[in-house]
Amino acid sequence: MKDQYFTRMGDGEGLWMSKSEIQEELQKGMEDAVNRGKSQPLEKEDLDKLLYIMTMPEKNVSVERGNEGVVTFDAGTLKLPVRSGIPVDRSTTLMIHERILCSDTMEMCNTDYSYKAIKNIIAEEAMAMEYAQMNCIMPIFYGAMPNMGLYTKPDGPVENWAVALPEGRIKDAMEAQEQAYEMCRDDMIFIGSKMAEAGACGIQFDTIGASGDADALAALEAAKVLSSQYPDLSITMGMANEFHLGMHGKLKFEGDKVAGQYPARQVKSVEAAGAHSYGAVVNTNSSRSFAWNLARSVTYVKEATRVANIPVLVNAGMGVGGIPLTNTSPTDCTTRVAKAMLEVGKADGL
Amino acid sequence: MAIMHEMAAGMGGIRTAGDLVARMVMKGMKINEAKKYVADKLGCTVFDLSDSAKMKEIRESLDIGTTLVRTNASMGMAAKIKIAELLDIRIPSVEKFKKQVGFNK
Repeated sequence: MKDQYFTRMGDGEGLWMSKSEIQEELQKGMEDAVNRGKSQPLEKEDLDKLLYIMTMPEKNVSVERGNEGVVTFDAGTLKLPVRSGIPVDRSTTLMIHERILCSDTMEMCNTDYSYKAIKNIIAEEAMAMEYAQMNCIMPIFYGAMPNMGLYTKPDGPVENWAVALPEGRIKDAMEAQEQAYEMCRDDMIFIGSKMAEAGACGIQFDTIGASGDADALAALEAAKVLSSQYPDLSITMGMANEFHLGMHGKLKFEGDKVAGQYPARQVKSVEAAGAHSYGAVVNTNSSRSFAWNLARSVTYVKEATRVANIPVLVNAGMGVGGIPLTNTSPTDCTTRVAKAMLEVGKADGL
Repeated sequence: MAIMHEMAAGMGGIRTAGDLVARMVMKGMKINEAKKYVADKLGCTVFDLSDSAKMKEIRESLDIGTTLVRTNASMGMAAKIKIAELLDIRIPSVEKFKKQVGFNK
């Protein structure tokens, strides 16, 4: 039999590789996560399982019976009406997911997927959640991003640290972030409170840390307040990156520096915030192979699941978790990521 | 993307016991603990939880909602009230609904 297997690059382009070439890429991807993120290396049996998954002849694969996890979504109700342009409203989208696509959970969200933007329409969003809860059986989250950059001038009141930093005004940049994070945190607490009172099953802080460590800190502190005030509200926190960028660099949460946290430390911060699940993100390098990206992602995830006391739900969307950076993610990669994350990474779901 | 993940690795939503296991994961339970908790409450095995044929029978007998709408069968809030009792958990929307209609008095 010809020693050639169809696989892909990190941008989705198809190519053929031999088994030994795939094996070498897996090894290198794992080593990158070990070197950068101080993750423990995968066991030989894990690498063998990844090689098996990569070389399975089927186009689409699945977990073995009994290894299923729960599936959650970010930008949940954006996918059908907004991104795909299907003229259905959000409550219909939820029921399509519940009764046709059979999602385990779903997230209701606004087209402008930022907590700051939602503040202006929170009454209407809360009503939409109330109606959704009357019709749905599966758990419904409400979700959005901290998007702390929205608090900067000219859209917001705070000086833009991305302008101050290149000009060498370090102190100004740090002070601006300290001001913005408090506003961002307070807005998330406000929205989260309204959603809890509307009967949301959970709140999702998605893509936390997109504006750096202060952005992550805002979400962590908001989660801590909400988890204390609303013990029945499930809180899930999805990351923006495999490590928190140190745009500020000196901020701490519960005594631990936020900047530079990799998944195994991110999950401990999320636990300390009282959140109920953690969404690991590992960014795909589109210039490297799918095998390299998958092994790298799984290594980070396995390190997080090894130390986590809460469920780890891996972000496996376009350009994260090993999935190629293309809007039409190839199903051969999507399903291999799902299988690898649950069976090798030991994740609780996606 | 969504359907591929659900097919490849998901529990199966209300077609199986996916929503029930998800509710326990959302309480902070790891997946295997959540599955065992739900299986014990349903009186079935963990293996049964993702078997749509088995779960259809169980869900219909407990009247906790399935993918198919049937006459006199619970859907939406009615099903969730039963799920909260079955799993012995508080579901925020159920608590809110009970308060609104005076069930908690």
